[in-house]
Order: sequence, then structure tokens, then C-alpha cells
Amino acid sequence: MSTYAKKQGFGATLWDFMTTVDHKKIAILYLISGGLFFILGGLEAMFIRIQLAVPDNNFMSAGVFNEMITMHGTTMIFLAAMPILLGIMNAVMPLQIGARDVAFPFLNSLGFWMFFFGGVMLNLSWFLGGAPDAGWTSYASLSIHSQGHGVDFYVLGLQISGFGTLIAGINFLVTIINMRTPGMTYMRMPMFTWTTFVVSALILFAFPPLTVGLTLMLFDRMFGANFFDAAAGGNTIIWEHLFWIFGHPEVYILILPAFGIFSEILATFSRKRLFGYSSMVFATVLIGFLGFMVWAHHMFTVGLGPIANAIFAVATMAIAVPTGIKIFNWIFTMWGGSVRFTVPMLYAVSFIPSFTMGGVTGIMLAAAPADYQYHDSYFVVAHFHYVIVGGVVLGILAGITYYWPKIFGTMLNETLGKFTFWLFLIGFHLTFFIQHFLGLWGMPRRVFTYLPGQGWDISNLVSTIGAMFMAVGVIILLINIIITSVKNVRVGNDPWGDGRTLEWAIPSPPPFYNFKQLPLARGLDAYWIEKMEGKKEMTPAEPLGDIHMPNGSIIPICITFGLFVASFGALYNMDADKPWTIPVIIIGLLITFGSMLIRSIKDDHGFHIHKEDLMDDKDKEVKA
Amino acid sequence: MTNQQSNSANPNLNLEYRRKQNAEEMKHQVITFTMMIFFTLIAFAMVAMESISRWFIIPVILLLAAIQVIFQLYYFMHMKHKGHETIALFIYSGLTVGLITVLVFLTIVWL
Ligand code: HEM
Ligand SMILES: [Cu+2]
Repeated sequence: MSTYAKKQGFGATLWDFMTTVDHKKIAILYLISGGLFFILGGLEAMFIRIQLAVPDNNFMSAGVFNEMITMHGTTMIFLAAMPILLGIMNAVMPLQIGARDVAFPFLNSLGFWMFFFGGVMLNLSWFLGGAPDAGWTSYASLSIHSQGHGVDFYVLGLQISGFGTLIAGINFLVTIINMRTPGMTYMRMPMFTWTTFVVSALILFAFPPLTVGLTLMLFDRMFGANFFDAAAGGNTIIWEHLFWIFGHPEVYILILPAFGIFSEILATFSRKRLFGYSSMVFATVLIGFLGFMVWAHHMFTVGLGPIANAIFAVATMAIAVPTGIKIFNWIFTMWGGSVRFTVPMLYAVSFIPSFTMGGVTGIMLAAAPADYQYHDSYFVVAHFHYVIVGGVVLGILAGITYYWPKIFGTMLNETLGKFTFWLFLIGFHLTFFIQHFLGLWGMPRRVFTYLPGQGWDISNLVSTIGAMFMAVGVIILLINIIITSVKNVRVGNDPWGDGRTLEWAIPSPPPFYNFKQLPLARGLDAYWIEKMEGKKEMTPAEPLGDIHMPNGSIIPICITFGLFVASFGALYNMDADKPWTIPVIIIGLLITFGSMLIRSIKDDHGFHIHKEDLMDDKDKEVKA
Repeated sequence: MTNQQSNSANPNLNLEYRRKQNAEEMKHQVITFTMMIFFTLIAFAMVAMESISRWFIIPVILLLAAIQVIFQLYYFMHMKHKGHETIALFIYSGLTVGLITVLVFLTIVWL
């Protein structure tokens, strides 16, 4: 306890975070780096919107514009939204199931550093001869012919960060299956834990196709293979299939955690049990399954044939059913509740109509014949921003605000939070609503400029102004974070006052071992049940005893750093004038495998926190 | 798995019952093992006999292989025991995803 609260120098803190295997600190690492990438992706978005604000603009060249949209999409999906969500999962899920950590703390750290170095690698491309420019989908017919090393950075960066995500997903699965506290049956797990579980399964099954696709792409670009080169007997459509077999589950990997966050928030601030809990679980699992059977709706115009198009169209529309179940359950949760409009609740309430609009345009796109009209127009851009921003980003903002006290022990300012909320919400609809019409009026997606006099000028300007609103909202959020951290007013266990699940039964932030004694979960919303019986804390499920904890380790960084170095060698290997690449590959792999060897042969049994150190005055009184 | 263990300190508790269970288990394993050997022999024999059409041999061999995998998982890796529901769920989900992919590639990409 005492070492935890002690003031440390900057160097010591840095070392602490570099070696930590504690899920709560890894969560903070995910949030900080995901947040930085989010700002980066946001800046790129602003540049895109500035370029498109007026017709015939020459704020940037066509080539830079392509790099800008590619990096915006890739960064936002892989390096901002997903890591921030993984951060919230890391912070909250183990607490919700009453666990002391995830199942494999070492792997947790390894997964984070893989994501981090992959992201850094991808972004270094800006300074090393140009970023990838074939779109975040990187369709093979474009990317194979892309000049320079941009697409190679895409392939290797995503490969490394993808491994990190896969590791995190497997870790969460094992944690939820094996480490639930006594009494925490599957059907008593909080909704956010359920969505984490389903999302982890989606990661487990969706990332391997991406890995395969990226590997084939790597061979095509770096070693002259012809998997995707039609002229040499390959088939460029294979990349599209592999990408979307991963890609559609990926959109559910993003949205399901947001659904989980909103389910928690809506129940908490309506002060009612989540309506239709079991149907919510069912809907989540069903969405997970159906998510794997619809990928070809991204490829209707490829020419798969009417039968294939019809099957995938119907499958896609079927997903609207479980999603609808969820929407109605959220509404019924609020119905008759005593609703408190805190900042997280505002996000949750506005999420419902915003996301539903995105869902409706999704169904429109799923009608295959109609998609021939919408495809590759701004209508698609409007659709996926309604689901991604109106669903995922609102979920992230809500989740950060809601769990901020649990993660950092302080409370974000509500007034500033409301400014952020309104600016962001208004800006979001201003930016993207009009884009539906731009698409229907014929504006194609991924164009760097357009001619005046086609009726698109004012709408594009409106869209850019909306983006400015969102940017101001985010800046106010940053100011809010700084003010809150400087003031540093500590809060108690349950700062919102209406917490229902286990994480609110322990201090904010929790001690590094989370639970002194594992709690007994006596039902859904375990903490709420105890509160309703007038108790202040959970009934323990075990006597006070020694707690076994893992040691921190620097090895995860070393393993990842080796791969990072080796990737640079691999990247430049195809240039004839760079003989240094082979030694670089070898050195990199030596670092990686050397670190793995050390990890394998060095015994590390962790340490114990002794019972005596855990006892506070109250426990001693009971004993005496 | 853990829930197969007795939670009593007395090693003689239910000894009779556990003996019978183990004998039963052993019997199943011997039977499946023999059948697996037999299936393998059939597979080799079919290939050796040149008179049979390959359009018959290939599906039959695939079928025999599938049955052997099931035997392996259920009898030798204990998937038929209690406490393996999650594992089964994940194996079958993975299979579904994989097979749909193969099906799509067979129908609209390659052929
Ligand atoms: C739930 C979260 C969702 C996210 C994050 C999401 C994201 C996306 C993205 C990024 C694209 C653009 C693909 C491209 O680059 O071409 C897209 C397109 C598409 N989405 Fe969604 N989507 C979601 C939900 C849905 C739903 C619920 C449906 C239908 C029920 C749907 C149907 C479609 C269709 C048919 C396209 C293809 C349009 C085209 O290529 O012309 N999406 N989505
Ligand atoms: Cu999709």
C-alpha cells in the first residue's frame, strides 16, 4: 500500500510504466497512446476537411491528400478507436468480474507494446519517404503499384500492431472464462464484460485473415510474388475478400464495446436494472456470429453475381434485428427510471438516435442494387461516420468520462464536459448529415478536390465548419483533463453515487491487487444488491490470505523492439542500394528471440503480499 | 478437468465407482483406437485398389478423416466430459467461420 502512494521521480515513474504488468497501468498506457493517435488522426481529418472546404482548393497536392486519407482511416481504426477501447476494457473488465488481474499479465504488456511500436512504425512513414496512399482498405490493385515504401509501412506496421491486438483478445477471453469471482456466473456478468467477451472472440477469429492478407501482400511487394497480380495469374479480388472477412467483424469489434459502455451508463443513471439483460446478451452473441457472414456487402459492385449479392444482402439486413433489440432495450431501460443527466448520460442518450441513423443508412447500403448508386460516394462516408463517430466515438467519450474517476481517482469537470458534449454532437451532425446528400448529388469518395458550380460548394463548407466544432470540443476536453489533473481532488469508491457493478465497490483507483478478498457476487449488479440491503461493501468469498502477484518485466518492450528493428530491415531490403538491411534484420530478430529465450529460461515466480500487510485497523480489531 | 476430481481427502471414497468409470473409459478408448486403425487401413486399401473411381475415394477418405478427428477430440482429448462446453463452442465457431470462407472462395472466387 505505502509504496503505491509514494511520490516518485519522473524517471522512476517512466520505468514503472515501461515494466508494468498491472492491468490498470497498462490501461492508462493504452489510453494515453490511443489518445495521442486520436489527436493525430483528428489533425489529419481537419486537413482533409480544409482541403475540401472550397472547390479547386490547393491547400495540399493530390498525392499528399491520398496519404492523408489513408493515414486518417488507418490511424483512427487501428491506433485510436481500438486501443482506447482496449484500454477501457483493461481498466474495467477485471474489476467487473472481481479478478485481481488478467489471466496473463506479461502478455498484456506484450500486447500493448506491439500495438504501440506498430503504430509508431506506421507514422514514421511520414518522415521516411511518404506515407501509405492506397486507402485504409489498401486494395491490392492500387497498393501493389504504389510507389515508394508507404504501403510497406502499412503492411509491417499493421502486422505488428495486429499481433498485439490478437494477444490482448486471447488474454481477455481466458480471463473471463477462468477468473470470475465466486458467484459470478456468465449470466451475472455486467454487460460491458459480455461485450468484451464477444469482442475478444471476434478478434480471435477476425485477425488471422488480416494477418494472412498482409503476409500475401508483403510477399507480393517485397519478394516479387504474384498472389494479387492478375497479369501474372494472381487474383486481386482475394485481397478484398481477406480484408473484408477481417474488416466487417472489425467494425463490430469497435461498436460492441461502445454498446457495453452505454448499457452500463444507461442502467446506472436511470437507476434501474438494464432492461432485458438476457436478450441483450443474446443479441450481442448473435451480432458476433452474423458479423462473420456479411463481409461481401462491401464488394457488391465487384461483380460477384446476383446470387452471392442477394445472399449477402439478406444476411446484412438480418443484423438489424439484434441491433434493434438492443436499441429498444436501452430505451426501455430509461423508461420509468429516475434519470440523471450527467455528461456520460448525455452521450448515451444522444448516441441512440445518432447510431440508429447510421444503422438505417446501413440497411439502405445493404440493398445490393441500390448500392450500385451509393457505392464509393459521400453517402458511404456519411454512413460509416454515423456508426463510427455517432456510435464508437461517442461511446469512447462517454466511457472515458464515466470511468475517469475509477482509473485516475479524480472527477472530470461536468460543466466543461457539457461544453465538449454539445460542441461535439452539433459538430458531428453538421459535418456528416450533409454528406448523405453530397453523396446522392454525385460527389465521389476519396477525391482531393472538385470543380465549382456542381451544387456541392456550400454543403462542403458546412461540413468543414462542423468539423471545426468537433475540434473545439476535443480541445475543451483536453483543457478539462489538465485542470482536473492539476487540481487533483480525490474521490471515493463510488463517485457517481449509483454504481451497480463490482468496480464501484473498491477504492478509486483500486489498490494494485484490486480486491483484498475476492467478493461474492450474489446476482446481476452485485454491488447494487448489497447496497439495497443496506451494506456498504461486498461480502467476501474467501478469508483474508496472502496474495500472489506477478513481477514487472522489461522483456515485452525488448521483444517488440526487436521486431520493430527487423521490420525496418525487411522494408528496405528490396532496394538494391541498401546492403545494410540484412544485418539489421538479423540484429532485430536476435533481440526478439534473445529476449524470448531469457523469458523462457529465467524463473520468475512473482511475489506474495503477506496477510499481515493487508490487514488494516478494522481487520485487526476483528482478530483481537 | 478439475471438476472431475473428488473434493474429499479420503482416497477410498467412491473408489468402486471411479474404478468402474475408468474401466468404461478404457473400453471406449480401445474401441475408438481400433476403429481409427481400421479406418486408416480402409483408406490405404482404397487407394491401392485401382478399380475404384477417385470421385468415390476422395470424399470417403475425407469423411473417414473427419470421423477420426472427432474420435480424437471427444475420446482422447476428453471433450465428451463435462466442463468442455466453452471449448466446444469456440472450436465450432472457428470451424463455421473457416468453412464459410472456404465455401465462398470455392463458389465465387476460384471457380
Ligand atoms: C456498427 C458499426 C458499423 C461500422 C463501424 C461500419 C463501418 C463501415 C465502413 C468503415 C464502411 C466503408 C467501407 C469502405 O471503405 O468502402 C462501411 C460500409 C458499409 N456498411 Fe457499415 N458499419 C457499421 C454498421 C453497419 C450496419 C449495421 C450495416 C447494415 C445493416 C452496414 C452496412 C454497410 C454496407 C452495406 C457498406 C458498404 C457500402 C459500399 O461499399 O458502398 N454497416 N461500414
Ligand atoms: Cu461491413
